[in-house]
Amino acid sequence: MSLVRFLNVAKEYQRGGVALSHASFILHKGEFAFLTGPSGSGKSTILKLIYMEERPTAGDVWVSGVSTREASKKEVSMIRRHLGIVFQDFRLLEDRTAEANIAFALEVTGTPADMIRPRVARVLTQVGLASKGTAYPRELSGGEQQRIAIARALVNDPYVLIADEPTGNLDERATRGVFQLLREINVAGTAVIMATHNLELIRRTDYRTLELNHGRVVFDSAETPPAERPVPSAPAVAPVDHDGNPI
Amino acid sequence: MMALREAFASFRRAPLLSALGVVTIAFSLFAFGLFGLVAVNIRDALQKIEDRVEIRAFIADGTPVEASSAAMGDIQAFPEVLSVKYVSQDDALVRARKELGEFSDVFEPGVLPASLDIKLKPGNRDPSTVMAVANRVKSYDFVDDVRYGEDWVAKLYRLRTIATLVGTGLGLAFAAVAVIIIGATIRIMVMARAKEIAIMRLVGATNGFIRMPFVLEGFIQGVMGGLLALGLTWATSTAISHSFMRTAFFDPTLATLGVVGGALIGLFGSTFAVGRQLRRL
Repeated sequence: MSLVRFLNVAKEYQRGGVALSHASFILHKGEFAFLTGPSGSGKSTILKLIYMEERPTAGDVWVSGVSTREASKKEVSMIRRHLGIVFQDFRLLEDRTAEANIAFALEVTGTPADMIRPRVARVLTQVGLASKGTAYPRELSGGEQQRIAIARALVNDPYVLIADEPTGNLDERATRGVFQLLREINVAGTAVIMATHNLELIRRTDYRTLELNHGRVVFDSAETPPAERPVPSAPAVAPVDHDGNPI
Repeated sequence: MMALREAFASFRRAPLLSALGVVTIAFSLFAFGLFGLVAVNIRDALQKIEDRVEIRAFIADGTPVEASSAAMGDIQAFPEVLSVKYVSQDDALVRARKELGEFSDVFEPGVLPASLDIKLKPGNRDPSTVMAVANRVKSYDFVDDVRYGEDWVAKLYRLRTIATLVGTGLGLAFAAVAVIIIGATIRIMVMARAKEIAIMRLVGATNGFIRMPFVLEGFIQGVMGGLLALGLTWATSTAISHSFMRTAFFDPTLATLGVVGGALIGLFGSTFAVGRQLRRL
């Protein structure tokens, strides 16, 4: 079942020129896919087209079977409730605790008050920060802040988690911890599409990789027979916990 | 419910920013209120002078009382006329002596003529209406002469017209400045929370849901600012009344309108600002 479908998609910004052209791919349920490529290659544009911050200039993008070209504002809001979105800069509200940041995503979508607390507690446990619920973002490390952002993205039980350079601001250990968390989320059934510059992460796994260059998908591992794929240069590493420590 | 809770929570989370909003609305409306206070007092002063506009029809000596009484009934029925009063020769003498003070013995009894003193209804005190009524009264045979202070009625009316025009112009300018300042402040406040709005959108909040707490917050700030402005204007008015001269204050309707105005500026200002922010995202 396809969760996200790009068909011959082009995106041109009025001032920024062509950001994406002839992009076609399908993201299936439960899949984990990397988006990689140099800066300005169109990674973030693909993610923005999925969460409908941008609409395609040509072609079409379907998310959960809905064409984003035709989706009304109301439909966009409804679809976003089933997408978890994580950014490099975390985008947490500094004046609210970790719990409040996560609860915010439920409150603004009209979740009944009595359901909010247990769901917040569940995702805090899932990201390994059950004891940090009352901490403010400034009291947390970068890795912990990103895990709170992931918890916020997860709290609405999304079909797909969209991560735009989620480890871009993190050190090596925190990167490993956050990536491990994303893998666990994927194992639990949520599709993940992650834009990253971190080739080490890509090499460590055999997840699908879409490589972009100058707004074009120049490589899609799903369309390349395994024998023809580049051989990972780094060996797979031992499993780690959410703090990036070897288990 | 969540919108109302969020609206109040933002006062707690960003007290300085919220206070800035309330104080800006209050001082903008206070400036407008001071202007309004001056306008109200000028209007009252002109009204008091205008209330004194009257036509005095002097009655010829020897006119039978029945004739002047019948005429009084006729004149009272004129649509422009508020009241008609018969002033006998003796009454006229008493009044003149009272008005002239130390020269009160200038007049001999029987020198001053009797008269009909005619007051006009509000809205009928402009020069042309006063003249038209005076001419109709003059047409009675027993009326010797009619006086109504043509010059000062014309001047008063001109002054009133100028005061109305200047007052309306200045009032609109003050109101426009107040709206611009308040609008800019609300916009800054909304922009300071752009991140919050962006997150709300990304997690799937509808535009209506995002707008509601901001609109309510703007409304609450508007009411608070309006009440503060009213208090400041009242304190200023009271201080002037105690120190310099007695001044009139807004009647309850005007005072309520001021607070409602503040609330509406806050409400529409934030609706506009958050709508603009949502279009930008």
